[in-house]
Amino acid sequence: MYDKNKIVTGLVIFVAIVTFPFWYNLGKAIPAPEPKLSEKAKAAKECVVPKVDMKQEHMQILDLWRDTVVRDANRVYKTGKGKTFNMSLSTGEDSCMGCHENKAEFCDKCHNYASVDPYCWDCHIAPKEKKPEENK
Amino acid sequence: MGNSRRSFLKVAGITALGIGTKPVLDVFASSGGNGAEPKPEVSQNEEALTAKKWGMVIDTRKFNSAEDLDPIIEACHKIHNVPELPEPRHKIMWLWEDEYKHAFTHREHELVNDRIKHLPFLVLCNHCEKPACVRACPTKATFKRDDGIVLMDFHRCIGCRFCMAACPYGSRSFNFRDPRPFIKEENKEFPTRMKGVVEKCNFCAERLAVGKMPACVEASNGAITFGDLDDSESEVRELLRTNYTIRRKPDLGAGPSVYYIV
Repeated sequence: MYDKNKIVTGLVIFVAIVTFPFWYNLGKAIPAPEPKLSEKAKAAKECVVPKVDMKQEHMQILDLWRDTVVRDANRVYKTGKGKTFNMSLSTGEDSCMGCHENKAEFCDKCHNYASVDPYCWDCHIAPKEKKPEENK
Repeated sequence: MGNSRRSFLKVAGITALGIGTKPVLDVFASSGGNGAEPKPEVSQNEEALTAKKWGMVIDTRKFNSAEDLDPIIEACHKIHNVPELPEPRHKIMWLWEDEYKHAFTHREHELVNDRIKHLPFLVLCNHCEKPACVRACPTKATFKRDDGIVLMDFHRCIGCRFCMAACPYGSRSFNFRDPRPFIKEENKEFPTRMKGVVEKCNFCAERLAVGKMPACVEASNGAITFGDLDDSESEVRELLRTNYTIRRKPDLGAGPSVYYIV
């Protein structure tokens, strides 16, 4: 092979540059955030569906609910266990945000981490965030 | 041992098949509805007001000036988070006032009596029987409910404004800019809109769902009556039976559900 040294050196530099982001960030991965439940949500214990399904399917559920509410005017959701919920994102006590009162801790934490930007809050009014000192 | 490879492949094949089908069978076994919990259900509120065909009768004899209408308009706009935009071309209106000659274009003549000539009329979406806006909407964001209410699903509106061109009553407004900064007092019970969607009166569908009459009816001190046009015993039908009423542009064939006693 001609110019073996030059080629090998070039390859080493090339591989080093290409893989730079990987080894530079090695061990620095930010752990996936856990949404923080409000006291009210903790006390309620159960949501509209089990927690696992809620994690995976809340966007489909919200999509289905908005059609059910707007188009069919059905606004009450009764779970298999017989508990009823107000099928609303942000209005009333037993709506989503009525229980999960803190948008920043509950919604935004994961959405920011996963870099998803749902447009819910362009129209829906988020519950007032409590000031940090009130939380303590 | 001559056929050992052949028999090995046979056994291996059957085993692989068996392993492959197990998860499928498991799924079938678990989905057979043997769970103890009943399925979740959705329903209307028990106190929800329902009708076959909602309609409205506005008694204009009970109004004398614009001051009588202002509290009604304000009540509507307040609970629906309708912004007050400084630029007249950007104005958002669900319920507003107009002159007789503009509201009832096909009835107007220059010798109409003085009271009618100067009386402000309350105008709003007519929740037509055959709504042109619904036919024009390319995304089905505007639709007609079974109870006659022509409703908007703001989630689906793409802001093409075909509905605004189609509506013969000018009942629709477009959000040319973000309305949020122009809402004086946000009502948390109702969402706002965003830039780029059309909006209009919804006959207070969200209030009917919890057993309340529309906001304008409550604020009108009896001048506006709301009820079921299909129920011959209803209050609106009684008013229509005993009074002479007119509708806006009935000759267009849209079939408006808002009646005016003049």
